[in-house]
Amino acid sequence: MEQAAIGGVGLEAYLTVAAILFVTGIFGIFLNRKNVIVILMSIELMLLAVNINLVAFSAHLGDLVGQVFALFVLTVAAAEAAIGLAILVCFFRNRGSIDVDDINMMKG
Amino acid sequence: MTLTAFAFYVFASVAVAAGLMVILARNPVHSVLWLILTFFSAAGMMVLVGAEFVAMLLIIVYVGAVMVLFLFVVMMLDVDFTELKSGLAEYLPVGALIGLALLMELGLVLGHWVLADAAPGARAAAMPVPGDLANAPALGQIIYDRYIYAFQASGLILLTAMIGAIVLTLRHRAHVKRQNVLAQIHRTRAASVELKDVKPGQGI
Repeated sequence: MEQAAIGGVGLEAYLTVAAILFVTGIFGIFLNRKNVIVILMSIELMLLAVNINLVAFSAHLGDLVGQVFALFVLTVAAAEAAIGLAILVCFFRNRGSIDVDDINMMKG
Repeated sequence: MTLTAFAFYVFASVAVAAGLMVILARNPVHSVLWLILTFFSAAGMMVLVGAEFVAMLLIIVYVGAVMVLFLFVVMMLDVDFTELKSGLAEYLPVGALIGLALLMELGLVLGHWVLADAAPGARAAAMPVPGDLANAPALGQIIYDRYIYAFQASGLILLTAMIGAIVLTLRHRAHVKRQNVLAQIHRTRAASVELKDVKPGQGI
């Protein structure tokens, strides 16, 4: 199958960048296990990688639906960031810390 | 190497490097700034494939709103971030292991996947891209036509997020005097004014 070049390079290049960004996000969650803010930022990084994948495939297949879904992913990510930060602010007011290890009031 | 390919490699390397700096930076404020750089580079890559609308949305919504929100929260919280950074060496091996395993799996997929021969044709038949339209109008035609319910649902999600964020962060402080409009409106003359008959030559 011929690879139609999108954006000067092939689809594979875009997928590689997205894969690296996604793994960076997962790595960030493991690396900053105490800091909720950086964990939220790592999740944003992973969602960005997903968006890059959707847009790259959309351009590759000549199908705009991928971009529509990138838009929806963006919406959900924005909502998630707003709610997550609101919970974080709430948590900080109650406990005076944003350490994940301190989130144990429910003894779960 | 064409100019477009060169631009892609620049954007891609900047995005990957900035993405790494997001998780490695000591100061979360720097993490936010690196994340902004990552988003800008990703927007650049999206412009290269002709997805201008999503790219501009990424800059306006993410950099303009979400990242500024992050910056607000990071600067508002009075946290000792160096203390939170401790234990990094402890998590590094397992994190690196899982990251490497995942990267290898993704690499295997990247090397071997193929598109079914009929797939592009089937996609094009299901949803022809209007050739003479720019990216944003074409997207608008699809969103407001075929995906109108999903679009409305995303609006509802945003509304829920807004209400949820307000409800979560709103707090009522005790011992703060507030204006009570209802009480002011329902104040009557009889309840608040008293006539005294003061005799001449005497005080009240």
